[in-house]
Amino acid sequence: MAEMKATRDAYGEALTELGRINDKVVVFDADLSGSTKTSVFKKEFPQRHFNAGIAENNMTNMAAGMAACGKIPFISTFAVFGTGRNYDALRSSVCYPKLNVKCVMSHAGLTVGEDGATHEMLEDVALMNALPNMTVIVPADATETRKAVLACADIPGPVYIRVGRAKTEIIYGDDYDFVPGKAHVIRHGSDIAIFAMGIMVAKALQAADILKQEGIDCSVVNVSTIKPLDREAILAEAEGKKGVITCEEHSVMGGLNSVVCQTLSSAGLGVRCVPVAVMDVFGESGTADELLEKHGLTADGIAVKARELYKPH
Amino acid sequence: MEINELKEIAKQIRIDIINEVTSAASGHPGGSLSSVEIATLLYFDIMNIPAPDDPDRDRFVLSKGHASPLLYACLCEKGLFPREELLTFRKLGSHLQGHPDMNKVPGVDMTTGSLGLGIGTAVGMALAGKYDGKKYRVFALLGDGEMQEGSVWEALMAAAHYKLSNLTVFVDNNNLQIDGRVSDVMSIYPIEDKLRAFGFETVVVEDGNDIGALRSAVTDLLSRECPGPRAVVARTTKGKGVSFMEDQAAWHGTAPSREQAEEAIKEIMEG
Repeated sequence: MAEMKATRDAYGEALTELGRINDKVVVFDADLSGSTKTSVFKKEFPQRHFNAGIAENNMTNMAAGMAACGKIPFISTFAVFGTGRNYDALRSSVCYPKLNVKCVMSHAGLTVGEDGATHEMLEDVALMNALPNMTVIVPADATETRKAVLACADIPGPVYIRVGRAKTEIIYGDDYDFVPGKAHVIRHGSDIAIFAMGIMVAKALQAADILKQEGIDCSVVNVSTIKPLDREAILAEAEGKKGVITCEEHSVMGGLNSVVCQTLSSAGLGVRCVPVAVMDVFGESGTADELLEKHGLTADGIAVKARELYKPH
Repeated sequence: MEINELKEIAKQIRIDIINEVTSAASGHPGGSLSSVEIATLLYFDIMNIPAPDDPDRDRFVLSKGHASPLLYACLCEKGLFPREELLTFRKLGSHLQGHPDMNKVPGVDMTTGSLGLGIGTAVGMALAGKYDGKKYRVFALLGDGEMQEGSVWEALMAAAHYKLSNLTVFVDNNNLQIDGRVSDVMSIYPIEDKLRAFGFETVVVEDGNDIGALRSAVTDLLSRECPGPRAVVARTTKGKGVSFMEDQAAWHGTAPSREQAEEAIKEIMEG
């Protein structure tokens, strides 16, 4: 069994590490610092951690004001409140003026679990992707989260990083070279291309193992930067395949599936592209694993789609 | 600066506002004119701005971003760009966007336009100054109708919580918004009691278009030893200085015709 770690835990540690090497970094939270793990940073740098209270709009605006004065503010809360409630502030006070605010939002997706639909954010990538000037990163595991958090301080302008609550598989070693804007082809295959983001990368790798035994050879690509999208890598890996699968713990609307389909169709690649995603419905209460199972966000769920694409029509 | 000099500047700014919105054939004259004395006082008497990019400068956030003609006129009068540029207001390719863009216009400290957001950014600027031990002050201008936005109160709450004595919030209380009287659309009264309850050292200026009275009140407020943020509630007249615009909600977001503009400028010059 692979080592497990929540990406939010990696965030708290990486943020603290970044705080030690960059004194411009300040952190805002909205009463969820224990959950988002900015509390780890707060413990070491209490003077640089600001609690906005349960007021996400104002947290975002305060961060914009601080960024305008030369700081690099990180803002964190649950993804549902940190991209939805404060969308206007992100749009008008952060993205339009291209201010250096880093938005690292936790508890994204179905793996929030028991809290149910109100807290299971499935539209955040769609919302953030729609904002000009925003860089959008969905790390696949704890290792990539750390590297993305350290790297984002050097990306001028706003960045969104999506992290999660649940302990998930670590797929990368410390030697992994994360480059913002670059997709990472983890394995090459000849039959099916699987593009995945976030926790679905590990499941895509498992699916590829299952399918390999059946004689279906799959590429697995970690599309951790959704914007700017690595179109070249996507086209290169999709070309000549029997089909393409996108895997995301996110709505099928406006997330990975949308951007991959746009890329394939605008390039004229006549390859089928099917989603493994939440099909335009809200979540519900349950354990993380139960919910992933229900929505087919599993290695088996991916394998089913791959077999459909592989068989002759 | 002498009061008479400030009055002359205020006149020029009113003329510029009329010229901007007339040239654009759109824009917001009413709420620009009501805030003229507040902005004139700040830019030409109170704020310390050695250069628009000086990290230690005082900062101004026009939270009521639709009063952009006023802000642009002040910055132009400050000499940050030529007066002809005012006539490009709201035109394709102009730096002078409908609402202020900090990356396009020298001297604009924050991009604003969506009501209720600017005040929070001003709180963030003041927080950064306090954290860094800087001496600069932050001034924000809110519309009274804007106070209907919940995010305003989030920002005010935070300003008091973080004891931002380097922040002063002005409320342009002209009691008009697009749909009518603020007190009819959605009352935000009593403004000064609410500000005090939120922890603001607050003064009310009964005629916020009297720059002498405004200056006395503001100077006094800023001189007080104050553990937290300050507020000035300025009762003003929307459309001030142009009689056919005064106290008329219809002039919130309507530009005058060329003839009306000539009449307005004549009245301002004679006033």
